[in-house]
Amino acid sequence: MLLSYLPLLIIALFGVGAFYASRARISAAPQRALPGLPGHYGWYGTLWTVVPAALVYAVWTIIDDQVIRNIVLSDFPELSGAAATLLYVSIENAAAGVMTDDVPMASVELLLNLENLSAAARFALVTAVSVLGFFWGWRRIRPELTARDRVETALLVALFIASIIAILTTVGIVLSLVVETFRFFQLVSPFEFFFGLEWSPQIALRDDQVAASGAFGAVPVFAGTLLITVIAMLVAGPIGLMSAIYLAEYAHPRVRAVIKPLLEILAGIPTVVYGFFAALVLAPSMRNLGVDLGLTISSESALAAGLIMGIMIIPFVSSLSDDIMTAVPMSLREGSYGLGATASETIKRVILPAATPGIVGGFMLAISRAIGETMIVVMAAGLAANLTANPFEAVTTVTVQIATLLVGDHEFDSEKTMAAFALGLTLFFVTLALNVVALRVVQKYSERYE
Amino acid sequence: MSSSVPTTISSQAAANRLLLRRKRAERRFQLYGILAISAAVGFLVVFLASIVSRGYMGFVQTEVRLTINFEQELVEAGSYRKILRTSLAELFPEAGSSRAERRALAGLVSAGTVFVLRETVEADPAIAGTVRDVWVLASDPVDQFHKGRIDASLPEEERPISDASLARIAALEQDGRIALRFNRSFFSRGDSRNPEEAGILGAIVGSALALVVTLVVSFPIGVMTAVYLEAFAPRNRITRLIEININNLAAVPSIVFGLLGLAVFLNVFGLPRSAPISGGLVLSLMTLPTIIISSRAAIRAVPPSFAEAAIGLGASRVQAIFHHVLPVAAPGTLTGAIIGMAQALGETAPLLMMGMVAFVVEVPGGFTDPSTVLPAQVYLWADSPERGFAEKTAAAIIVLLGFLLVMNGLAVYLRRKFEKQW
Repeated sequence: MLLSYLPLLIIALFGVGAFYASRARISAAPQRALPGLPGHYGWYGTLWTVVPAALVYAVWTIIDDQVIRNIVLSDFPELSGAAATLLYVSIENAAAGVMTDDVPMASVELLLNLENLSAAARFALVTAVSVLGFFWGWRRIRPELTARDRVETALLVALFIASIIAILTTVGIVLSLVVETFRFFQLVSPFEFFFGLEWSPQIALRDDQVAASGAFGAVPVFAGTLLITVIAMLVAGPIGLMSAIYLAEYAHPRVRAVIKPLLEILAGIPTVVYGFFAALVLAPSMRNLGVDLGLTISSESALAAGLIMGIMIIPFVSSLSDDIMTAVPMSLREGSYGLGATASETIKRVILPAATPGIVGGFMLAISRAIGETMIVVMAAGLAANLTANPFEAVTTVTVQIATLLVGDHEFDSEKTMAAFALGLTLFFVTLALNVVALRVVQKYSERYE
Repeated sequence: MSSSVPTTISSQAAANRLLLRRKRAERRFQLYGILAISAAVGFLVVFLASIVSRGYMGFVQTEVRLTINFEQELVEAGSYRKILRTSLAELFPEAGSSRAERRALAGLVSAGTVFVLRETVEADPAIAGTVRDVWVLASDPVDQFHKGRIDASLPEEERPISDASLARIAALEQDGRIALRFNRSFFSRGDSRNPEEAGILGAIVGSALALVVTLVVSFPIGVMTAVYLEAFAPRNRITRLIEININNLAAVPSIVFGLLGLAVFLNVFGLPRSAPISGGLVLSLMTLPTIIISSRAAIRAVPPSFAEAAIGLGASRVQAIFHHVLPVAAPGTLTGAIIGMAQALGETAPLLMMGMVAFVVEVPGGFTDPSTVLPAQVYLWADSPERGFAEKTAAAIIVLLGFLLVMNGLAVYLRRKFEKQW
């Protein structure tokens, strides 16, 4: 354990040492106008000492598990795939002190030896590279060295690499979703997935069980998502828009300063808390209300989940609509008032038409939020895929299915888990499209009055 | 619309009627606005009130004072179960020694009492051989009854507590042997199958560990990206691509990040499941856009004259940005980081995929230990059927909201204190 972190400590210590050594070297050199501060020469030394050694450490750490695994398993050429993995895990456990039966002790011994050897070799190599790097840099520290330029170039490269991570994340998302989805579509046709009317992904344990093969028609799942989103927007649309109108056009600045953050709290409450409220407070009381009224309201009704989700996205509608309406130029309002219109007539006939594109953009962002929301529906909506438009019944959504298909231990090559990735890809593209269009619309609008 | 407004007004009365109608419409419209805001704020109030009213009792716990005879030989033999049984039998001599009765008696106190007695003796061996009063946790039904959450007037088979137990609780009350005390175990233990013993320390530590990973990864990368994009990036295709990417990442549903984490961090890189390191990495990818966007805004708010003055005095662009612009923008970037961390603290969905919604009894001790996080604990408890867990869930939510309140309050404070108009 110590040996695995020791190289990092060595690198850090050497790096600090190199800074002071290099700085001292340039300060002792015959003085003239230097192309950099003494500190730049210090950093130059540090970079040569730290960067190559850290790269060696990283590469070694990434590949050594695989190499050790191959060497240990080379004693068992007859095993492959899952059997080899199983054996290797039990050998690893035995090495970690968890004894199980029939583990080949020779392999355990070999594993431990190799691990120690690898750690020692890594330590030696990292130290050597660090020392070599230091001397390499040290020899080049002369007053002619353009240390400031070099160090700043290195810094800019680091900044650029950091900003590439955002792209890498997107690439990672798309790749991981596409690869699994592609494998899924080799087993289940895309046509069945997008247009099939039956969704029962649980693979049966016995062959003669009903729906033994699993059915992957995602239409009921999409329909459920749509139903809950529509309910949510029926709540959030009017409330959000009217709140925004009142805050932007009527409210006293002091009232506005209090109410606006209050509304934004709604977007900051963790969704699991909304889920708790929907599932344990709202749904039971709605069911009781239904009993009183003679209605059958499922305890996992789309209505409860949709209502709460609607509350959650009120700020998404109201914030953006508010911003857009306050951006409408004063001259439009004044023109309308000058013609004798009341405030509400001005809002309805001048400001809302002018702000419509922005408001539509806000609604689209809110819809994309509602589609992608997970915890409320996982806790308050159902699991069974019903194709229904009745808000009192239980429906399921894309996010619920992704969560339930992937939680727990599975082998990751069953149709079930791959189906979750296919749903994830659909979700990703739908929300992406909504966002791109919404941002476009909002941007275009805000340019109009500038 | 013009059809309803006559172009010529025939009489003064008609004009007045029209004006009245328009004024009524005006008032109605304003009322709609007020109603909408009241609905939203009213919901917030009802919501918070319902959680507090459900949860505040979770911070106290019913405890029972037992007079325990730590007999030397029983302690040495380690048969604490017998010690407890004797003590309960002495308290209720009428119960007899049938198996069912003994079980009913043991059911008054928490199932973990035996271990508590053992720990008491292990902490202070001098107790062995003495008779002591010990406060132990009541079992969940007794706790719920004592807190008034179980209706004693229901028929016996419809409530989780028998008539005999009710009589015993009444006797305990008369002796002053039962009391509500501050729920220490809630803040000092991990999860448990018994609601009365379940605590959130494990989840708090898990959340803290995951947030440390998130902060260490996403803050430097986020600020570096922001500096690059605001101060150094050339206006070209790659820069535009990065910017579009960041804006879109901010809108990707959180569960998709969970899928990424599952496919890449767990399956390709082989990071441990249920561990703060893997959960924290996924959260850091999610918070990255938040930190980048707010850091960029903070850097942009610094007037360009700062950098220009430094460059005019001979500093390089890097020196100007790092020595003069970044320090001024620091409070803004810090605010963004805190808000990002608050988001990460409340996030559950991606951690569902990373196996962090798990029953974990041990308080995690490191970044690779199995652990859960606060919102995941809320989710787990909300699913449990026992009554006691409903209260625990709401109490855990109060703790979670408390943390979020502190973090967001800190962000607002920093913004107020350091915000300057140049």
